[in-house]
Amino acid sequence: MNQNEAPLGYRGQALNVLTQAGCEVGDIIRITKEEKTYEGILIPRAEAGDDKHVVVKMKSGYNIGIRLEPNMKIEKVGKGIKPTFASPPLPPQREELPKVVIMSTGGTIASRVDYRTGAVRSAISASDLYGVVPELADLARIDTQILLSIYSENITQKHWTQIAQTVAEHIKQGVNGVVIAHGTDTMAYTAAALSFALQNLPVPVIVVGAQRSSDRPSSDAATNLIGAVKAAAYAPFAEVAVAMHETIADTTIAFNRGTKVRKCHTSRRDTFKPVNGLPIARTANGSDVTMLTSDYRKRDPSAQLTLKPNFSEKVALVKFYPGFDPSVIDWYAEREIKGILLEGTGLGHVSARCFGAIEKAIDHGVIVALASQCIWGRVNMNVYDTGRDLLALGVIPCDDMFPETALVKLMWVLGQTRDLEEAKKLFKTNIAGEFSPRTLPQERQIKEGGT
Amino acid sequence: MTVDYVKLGLKVGLEIHQQLATASKLFCGCPPQLFKDDPEVVFLRRLRPTQSELGQIDPSAYFEFQKGVKILYEANRETACLVEMDEEPPHPLNREAVETVLMASLMMNMQPVDEVHVMRKTVIDGSNTTGFQRTCIVALDGWIKVDEKIIPIQATSLEEDAARKIGTEADGKIIRYRIDRLGIPLIEVATAPVIYSPAEAQKVALAIGRILRDTGKVMRGLGTIRQDLNVSIPNGALVEIKGVQELELIATVVEYEVQRQLNLLAMRDELTSKGIKPTDIKEDIVDVTAVFKNTKCKVIKKALDGKNVVKAVKLAGFAGFLGRELMPNFRVGTELSDRAKFWGRVGGIFHTDEMPNYGVTNEEIEELRKTVAAEAEDAVVFVADTAENVMDALKAVVERAREILTGVPAETRMAKEDGTTRYMRPRPGAARMYPETDIPPMLITRELVEQVRTKLPESAEKRLNRLMKEYGLNAKLAGQIIESEYNLLFENIVKESRVSATIVAVFLTESLKALKREGIAVENVTDEQIKAIFQSVGTGELAKEAVSDVFAWLSKNKGKTVRDCIEALGLRMLSKEKLAAIVERVITENKDSIEKGGKNAFGLVMGLVMKEARGKANPNDVSMLVKQKLSF
Repeated sequence: MNQNEAPLGYRGQALNVLTQAGCEVGDIIRITKEEKTYEGILIPRAEAGDDKHVVVKMKSGYNIGIRLEPNMKIEKVGKGIKPTFASPPLPPQREELPKVVIMSTGGTIASRVDYRTGAVRSAISASDLYGVVPELADLARIDTQILLSIYSENITQKHWTQIAQTVAEHIKQGVNGVVIAHGTDTMAYTAAALSFALQNLPVPVIVVGAQRSSDRPSSDAATNLIGAVKAAAYAPFAEVAVAMHETIADTTIAFNRGTKVRKCHTSRRDTFKPVNGLPIARTANGSDVTMLTSDYRKRDPSAQLTLKPNFSEKVALVKFYPGFDPSVIDWYAEREIKGILLEGTGLGHVSARCFGAIEKAIDHGVIVALASQCIWGRVNMNVYDTGRDLLALGVIPCDDMFPETALVKLMWVLGQTRDLEEAKKLFKTNIAGEFSPRTLPQERQIKEGGT
Repeated sequence: MTVDYVKLGLKVGLEIHQQLATASKLFCGCPPQLFKDDPEVVFLRRLRPTQSELGQIDPSAYFEFQKGVKILYEANRETACLVEMDEEPPHPLNREAVETVLMASLMMNMQPVDEVHVMRKTVIDGSNTTGFQRTCIVALDGWIKVDEKIIPIQATSLEEDAARKIGTEADGKIIRYRIDRLGIPLIEVATAPVIYSPAEAQKVALAIGRILRDTGKVMRGLGTIRQDLNVSIPNGALVEIKGVQELELIATVVEYEVQRQLNLLAMRDELTSKGIKPTDIKEDIVDVTAVFKNTKCKVIKKALDGKNVVKAVKLAGFAGFLGRELMPNFRVGTELSDRAKFWGRVGGIFHTDEMPNYGVTNEEIEELRKTVAAEAEDAVVFVADTAENVMDALKAVVERAREILTGVPAETRMAKEDGTTRYMRPRPGAARMYPETDIPPMLITRELVEQVRTKLPESAEKRLNRLMKEYGLNAKLAGQIIESEYNLLFENIVKESRVSATIVAVFLTESLKALKREGIAVENVTDEQIKAIFQSVGTGELAKEAVSDVFAWLSKNKGKTVRDCIEALGLRMLSKEKLAAIVERVITENKDSIEKGGKNAFGLVMGLVMKEARGKANPNDVSMLVKQKLSF
């Protein structure tokens, strides 16, 4: 039996019964049980399902689960007809259009459903993409590349390096913009990492994802992708930005700076919000990308990209909480961690009980920086004693960087130099808009729905 | 028209949908309620046709999508959460809903499935924010007995109700939906197509409706139940009719549909015998804006002011046919018009069979005929709207006219309140369904089935006997109660209010029927309110004679309580003192007549007092008092 045809997801008793009857997924089978007969296509079983049921798709299209019983009979009635998936023909490439590369790292931005089995498969070849989002052909000449096929929670520093290097290659070959399709869970981390790794960018690098998988008619994938390609091809900025829905409506796509954006909701389409900043650009359905600030890096094809793709793996994020055990810090320091990003409270505090552990870590040559778990706002460690004491210990305040960006920056800084003083200096330098001297009152509005 | 339906070969299948009265919706914690006020949240979405299993996007679906139809969803905080907005994955299946469907299934001798798998059925008209409707089969293969005939029940499913369409705007490019109804659990019961007459269809629907009601877990009132019918006759077509809201209408809908199909077939034969072929109906659409440049027709004039166009198409050989009636008050022209409205988003069409009319003159018609080269036996259809809409509308008209020459098109139609039907959409192909991976399958264990089985309501026969024995109802009244929607409420009221069972039963059957006849919106009054009315009777706060008045008032004053009504109508029972004062006053005022009246005095006083105290005092109490005061 071919690996693909094995009864997917079945195990134990169910697998035995099906194998004995010679049934493969997609076959038409008949089950006779207590004088009832069920006939339909054998459907794969969810991995978490038990081994006591067989799932059948009936003629009506409905699936039902049938419990295995000692006296039941399973027969194969017919061989399943495998639907051949014919991709729609590629539309002619229009030579006058800008060239955009869409790199896929996994996630649900481009996927399609196998209606026979219900499985969702990634679909990222150029023809697949045109099939899903035909409008792209009118925007740009698209090249596609599958770089990774992993869930975004499995992405590590090594993948950031790989992504940054690949983007640099495409830019060297003269593309007008790069789009990176990414799972949304850690998309903001990757966007921050690329912001530090890709300096002096000539063209935009747009990171894009979807909160509803693209197999559903209501998916945000197509609108987000169209917005991302539009920005990559035409936007006047040359920065790393995240392109996602601005509200719960399909009306606008916001572009947020890679160092100033965070996933703020588990499921909403407008989950990516600017933190201590505002979107730098926006596009409405069917219109051009509009800049919302004059403070941005301009597109300049003649600019020479500086690639700094290395990240240290010896950095930890430590969140302080009431009753926090300071020996956690000791544990890290003993394992030769080079940097600790403390997620403190309020304006930038941790309990005085941690001072000893922090001091010891710093003495060991660990860089200890502190950002606030409030997410929004700026740390200021001069207001209370605790803050002043931490500064005296050598803790570096992260100003208006929120913890995730600060963590990625610390990883990047320690990937650039082994010199402690140089690293501290680099950490405090504004590299990719991660620091801003002013925070405006509207920079914390979570915009609701709207038309 | 009298038709021998059995001889004709009529086949009808029923799909009954009814909302379940569960505590919350099917996939979230929202209450299953609608809202009336302005929406608190409005958001715009687009639905994109997805690829088929073969990698293709349905060209007509994509064509529609490209025209940029957008959907505006309206919500308020009380009746919808992120789940209905498609901003949060669905919660697990509502157990109460599954158990209710299970109960109805067992009552119809069905076999529950062992594991319920929720599916997504693609629907991209905007009625579901996700672009699909979630649905699952709970049981298969059962039967019910209707007049000694076994009616097979194919399946019972549980599905989410759709959003309510509020209207369209911007030339049909924006559709408004309200998502309060989205997610309310619906049970669907599907019979095999073994019903052979309109009257039988209605009987079967009634029987299923009664079973659903007996679960005690279904909603009542207009809009909570919808019947879909599959109607076919040999040589005609299988036509799916959606949304019959009143049970009483089913027979009429089936009759009219048979009429429509027979009339269409007759028309096909007539046109064919005249030598007209489908290819004679050409898609030659001509701009006739110039013909109407000085028109007095308000509709066309208004359209042309907005820089629109008028275009026309000739239907060869159709003169006189467009005015033909297919169903009562429904002509062939309407059939064409409905297609034009659907595909072209226009307000309607004009055709030469109805001219001169609407301010269009004979001269204009003459000119129009000349422009499209129409002979006397040809009909001309013309439409005023944007160029794009007019083209789509007239193409749809041509297609529908061609179909007349081949017979009856298989399509999905929508039932109207008068029993006629209108074109809704083409019949969907094999339902494209795929698994809802966000919801784990739900196990239906033997234990659960047995547990539900012990809670099944008693059979109608047993119940009839029990109602007679336990409550002293006569056979007729007990039978009426069982047939009524208030079957289960009856016992609750009697137990809780201690009002005489016969009084309650008469009210719930005959009095309510009378109120309905008078035009009272009976469904506006909730079970809880009815209970409260009788509780007030039980405690002596309200006279039993006032029950109908209170009910009528409550139906017109939604959200008010029985107490509010007693205040508003001045129905508070008179205290002993007040009653005594009235009696004394009446006696004093009529002293002369009483003295003269002798023995008749009691009747006189009684009548005068009751005139003032009707509905506010118990007649027995009044009689005692009057006797006392007159000191007989």
